Amino acid sequence: MKRFRRHGNESQKDKHKQDLYQFNKTVEHGFPHQPSALGFSPSLELLAIGTRSGAIKLYGTPGVEFMGLHDENAAVTQVHFLPNQVEFVTLLDDNSLHMWTLRAHSGVSELHEIGHFTLTGPPGAPPSITRVTAVLAHSSGELLLLGTEGGHVFVVEVPGFRELEENNIGVEDVQSKVPEEYVGRRNLECVEALQENPLNPRQVLIGYSRGLMVLWDLERRRPIQQFLGTQQLESVCWMEDGGNILSSHSDGSYCHWTVTGEDPQTEPEKQEMPYGTFPCKAISKIIQLSTRQGPPFLIFSGGMPRASYGDRHCISVIHSKTHEALDFTSRIIDFFVICEGEEHNGDPSALVVLVEEELVVVDLQTEGWPVIQTPYLVPLHCSAITCSHHVSSIPLKLWERVQVAGALQNTHYSKKPWPINGGQNLGPDPPQRDLLLTGHEDGTVRFWDASGVCLYPMYKLSTAGVFHTDADPNDNMNQGSEGEWPPFRKVGCFDPYSDDPRLGIQKIHLCKYNGYLTVAGTAGQILVLELNDEAAEQMVEATVVDLLQGQEGFRWKGQARLDVREEPVLFPPGFQPFALVQCQPPAVVTAIALHSEWKLVTFGTSHGFGLYDYQQRKNIMVKCTLNPSDQMAMEGPLSRVKSIKKSLRQSFRRIRRSRVSMRKHHTNNAAKLQEINARLEAEALQEMELAPVQRKIEARSSDDSFTGLVRTLYFADTFVSDSSHSTPSLWAGTNGGAVFAYVIRVPTVERRMEDAVMAHPAKEIQLMHRAPVVGLVVLDGKGAPLPEPLEVAHDLARSPEMHGSHHLLVVSEEQFKLFTLPKVSSKSKLKLTAVDGSRVRRVGVAWFGSRTDEQLESSLVMLTNQGELHAISLPSIKMLVHHPCIRREDVSGIASCVFTKYGQGFYLISPSEFERFSLSTRWVVEPRCLVEAPLQLRSKSPSSPIHRDQPDGLSTEHRNFKRESEGYGVLQEIQKSLEGDPMPFLENNLKTKPKSGNVLSNGD
Amino acid sequence: MNKNFRVPSNRTLNAVEVKSKFGAEFRRFSLDRSKLGRFDEFYGLLQHVHRIPNVDLLVGYADVHGDLLPINNDDNYHKSISMAAPLLRLFLQRKEEADYSAFGTDTVTRKRTPVALAAVLLRPDANKKPPIIISLPKDFRPVSSIIDVDILPETHRRVHLYKHGQEKPLGFYIRDGSSVRVTPQGLQKFPGIFISRMVPGGLAESTGLLAVNDEVLEVNGIEVTGKFLDQVTDMMIANSHNLIITVKPANQRNNVVRNGNSGDGATSGSSGRSSDSSTSFYGYSAPGSMAMTPSHIIQNYEQDDEIEDEEDLVIEGNGETKLIPQAPARAAASSSMPTLPRYEPHLNLQPSNGAMATSASVGSLNAHDGGFEGRNLEEDGTVITL
Repeated sequence: MKRFRRHGNESQKDKHKQDLYQFNKTVEHGFPHQPSALGFSPSLELLAIGTRSGAIKLYGTPGVEFMGLHDENAAVTQVHFLPNQVEFVTLLDDNSLHMWTLRAHSGVSELHEIGHFTLTGPPGAPPSITRVTAVLAHSSGELLLLGTEGGHVFVVEVPGFRELEENNIGVEDVQSKVPEEYVGRRNLECVEALQENPLNPRQVLIGYSRGLMVLWDLERRRPIQQFLGTQQLESVCWMEDGGNILSSHSDGSYCHWTVTGEDPQTEPEKQEMPYGTFPCKAISKIIQLSTRQGPPFLIFSGGMPRASYGDRHCISVIHSKTHEALDFTSRIIDFFVICEGEEHNGDPSALVVLVEEELVVVDLQTEGWPVIQTPYLVPLHCSAITCSHHVSSIPLKLWERVQVAGALQNTHYSKKPWPINGGQNLGPDPPQRDLLLTGHEDGTVRFWDASGVCLYPMYKLSTAGVFHTDADPNDNMNQGSEGEWPPFRKVGCFDPYSDDPRLGIQKIHLCKYNGYLTVAGTAGQILVLELNDEAAEQMVEATVVDLLQGQEGFRWKGQARLDVREEPVLFPPGFQPFALVQCQPPAVVTAIALHSEWKLVTFGTSHGFGLYDYQQRKNIMVKCTLNPSDQMAMEGPLSRVKSIKKSLRQSFRRIRRSRVSMRKHHTNNAAKLQEINARLEAEALQEMELAPVQRKIEARSSDDSFTGLVRTLYFADTFVSDSSHSTPSLWAGTNGGAVFAYVIRVPTVERRMEDAVMAHPAKEIQLMHRAPVVGLVVLDGKGAPLPEPLEVAHDLARSPEMHGSHHLLVVSEEQFKLFTLPKVSSKSKLKLTAVDGSRVRRVGVAWFGSRTDEQLESSLVMLTNQGELHAISLPSIKMLVHHPCIRREDVSGIASCVFTKYGQGFYLISPSEFERFSLSTRWVVEPRCLVEAPLQLRSKSPSSPIHRDQPDGLSTEHRNFKRESEGYGVLQEIQKSLEGDPMPFLENNLKTKPKSGNVLSNGD
Repeated sequence: MNKNFRVPSNRTLNAVEVKSKFGAEFRRFSLDRSKLGRFDEFYGLLQHVHRIPNVDLLVGYADVHGDLLPINNDDNYHKSISMAAPLLRLFLQRKEEADYSAFGTDTVTRKRTPVALAAVLLRPDANKKPPIIISLPKDFRPVSSIIDVDILPETHRRVHLYKHGQEKPLGFYIRDGSSVRVTPQGLQKFPGIFISRMVPGGLAESTGLLAVNDEVLEVNGIEVTGKFLDQVTDMMIANSHNLIITVKPANQRNNVVRNGNSGDGATSGSSGRSSDSSTSFYGYSAPGSMAMTPSHIIQNYEQDDEIEDEEDLVIEGNGETKLIPQAPARAAASSSMPTLPRYEPHLNLQPSNGAMATSASVGSLNAHDGGFEGRNLEEDGTVITL
């Protein structure tokens, strides 16, 4: 066979492929799943988030993003930036420490792990001795202090992770100096907190879980002062003057201590329990920050009264007379405060809170402390994503109108600019304006600016207003009644609770040229909306369409239709619904298509499909595709939920009954019952293990369930009935491998309101392999896919070639088949499943071009159930390239995939994150950014308290000097002149390769 | 000579002479070859010409060998017409007094004249036990076969299951498992796919060629090693209408025995040969031995592929008749029943080039009817209107 292959030709083809196709996963949009740690570098202005799966993500100014992944599959528990450097340390759940750095490579920074380290205790010591609980990255940038569960503090030199054993602070060293009556025989327990004196880097405050705090002199290796707290310690915090300490405790109190340098302080200066008298939950973290004029800010998390508000996730902010308890909808991970000024020690400007499901930034300088909208890390999943739709190259006019409509919705946000601005975004401006629309469970559609690296929220559309729902919209809005204590204020937008699952959005189709949008939902509702710049009060006319067409013997067991509001509803500027179709039975809408030029919408469910004229607001045609013997299709999605409810009820009854009988018997049956339960469970388990996973091999038949489910709908202007005149047509593909074609007669523009739109059945194709039809495309005389409606009218696509014969491409889950038109006969086909056992899950048409050539080629992009991404040539339907993209086990990821028109795509890697990928060499959206070491802070190089012997207080003075100087330009000059040794400079400049390499080897 | 002379003229006239006998009565009429219609229509026609509208009939015809063969479905009806040279002789009996023993195919040994045949038919003693009715081998469709015996190791078996749109389910299940193989490194465990269950009455079970715990090695020429259970399932389903599976039977006692030179695979291997080390060496010295065969195999599959490809069914919309090229058919359609859908077989239909699979459309006695017209029509490559 080989000798027939023409090598020259092949290599040319290969080169062409390489020019056009290149697979990259470029950027992750959204909010990291299960965040577990937060870090911030004021000098770099970079935010770091670690997750439970071991990922680490850095964010700076919008567009500056880095992502890293630990090799260990362990949760990141802490992230600490080395002060004034580009390195940071992560602590993982498995007690390992990892050093990361940002290294510039050909002008773009990259995140690298440069070393890892695990504390090793003396042989025979229990693991708790070295189990790290607290980490302090010393301001010298050369030391890491590690507090452990055993109460020891280990000192490690970084970035090489060299243990400095002689500097370790053993628990015995501390305990021996503490008054006997305080310690008694009890253990000090683990090191809960390590904090450096902000003014004297030699002094470190060690807080033990039992409540003891010790101020330790690193240089002299002895305690300076002890604070004998009596409550379990949660956190400590230095005040900026370096002379006062705040400690927070597990009983919901905080204490104020003063550093006097004298003997043990047994009583705090002040003790307070902010939420009072009744038992409270712990205050897990506390910060006090002074302001130039006026009272300080006190910010702490937790401390709520246990009984009444123990389940709230709150951060309290107290400033002067203002006191607010910011009430979050998910668990608080961590928070920090950004301060103004070059040295980041001015007035606090923003509070950044990482909660489990979102990042919230509160503007502390504007009255009312409004929230600043985040340009990234947006919670995509504030209501669960049910579908997505991507529209490429949006015309500027529509873009601006959507932007304006969105701006009107965001008036409650702070006007302050985004406060985290580290790094430079070097990425080119996005080549076009792209919109990603996500449909959500609560009936909203969110519009995201998906042009660049940051997925930015533009506009939110809610469809719930059209219907009567159980929930009163005012229910959860104004809960903050006057005089409530604690003074709660809801913040954040994560709200996963849907009032009515029927509102869920299933399909979206937007016409980018004239702003018509159609969305379809779970209860068979199809809304047609139009973009309007003014608010309008209008009725939404509902049309009920019977898809069963009087077929008898069916009883719908699913959900009921949504209740439409009969009165006019006020719709804010933006997309406003004007027509509504409700399918009967109200099953999930499975396919939808909009043709804005013909003003037609088509929709399909598991029972059939219909064609609706939204100009005349009437239904034109209905086709029932239901197989008469298919009773499964009459089970609604909610009937299953019902049955769960039922079984729950039954099991509760069973429990109750068993309890009653227990009481009757009065003997101790509980143990017996438990035993029986355990045995039953074991049996069930065994049974599960014994039954092997097996798959039935059976040809598909017309009697299978859900063969009538409409999978895809497509409008095309093509040659359906004769080869000389093209006509508008509608194509529908079903789960049972059938394709239906209808010829549509659309009246002329002048008569569009009066004359009826007509649709006649023209063709029916039954694929013999009966696999579900997932895609339909008509190719023009040149083999290119037909353009979108209005695309040609707007001069954005060349008009389709109407000479030469058109072809219909039918994509089933198993095969790609090309048929001639108008006489349907098979021309060529590509078998997928029969050859490699994978099936088509997602398919789309995309345009590819090389970097140099203007010419574009169309191909099919396809994702299989094995998670492989394929490009398939048109019109020859040959496999071009393929790349593994998504894990095959990640079914929801594969199902969520959407393709753009230019070879990119998105899929969900978690409920809250989209991964963006690109198959195109020409269109790649990926972060390109540079982060440079903060050079201005080199001055404090001689500050390591351990290596350098220098007079007391010098470094403090030095720092003070630094703070008072204005502008770091001057400072830098002074530094340069002072700089005696150029080496430390090099050490921190990460562009110098040899040094970095050295660091790497040290790390091991 | 006379007959030979008449045949062509009749062909050109496109008509078939029919002589039908019921009891003592004869009827003569002719049929248009191009408009044969279905069996039930023909049946109605017979009842009509004999004026016995409510009598259940058993229809038989005399074929070229003089055998009395039954006509009871579309397949054998069409076959009988095609066999008529030029006269089609029909024998009708009342169902309740039918003599099944008259049907037979053993003319090769016992030459019977049609007259004798008729005499048998009319024999009054009906108390003889009706024997099993069997058609000629060519009237059967293949259900399964063992193929490529010459190129496969003796421990393997390649089974071709012909689904051909019949109602019988394929009927088996597969599972993950592991098999022990002899490798240069010694015995090693490999993951494999196994048949886990047979559906009673299914095609797979009825062939007797597949059994529970047989290891599946290939599906239509593609090795399954490295593929997941779900992938293999999908491959089998995608090939279900013409499935070729290569298995290593769990029971190695019924392997095909080959002599060194005769490679045509006599399928009667009932020797008690067990799977000793030498046989397992054949199959499982791992990929190498398998890799020797592909060129052959692929060729086979390509042939099969062409045969196998069932064509998709296209129903053109009502009314607009001008599109379809086959003129006579269209005329008939538009004149008689314009609203009924027409079945238009499209695509480059493969003429049945002697391959077994395509000759299979002729049904035997118990062949189905009803829902398969579409398919059968396609295979015949003619346009039928109703």
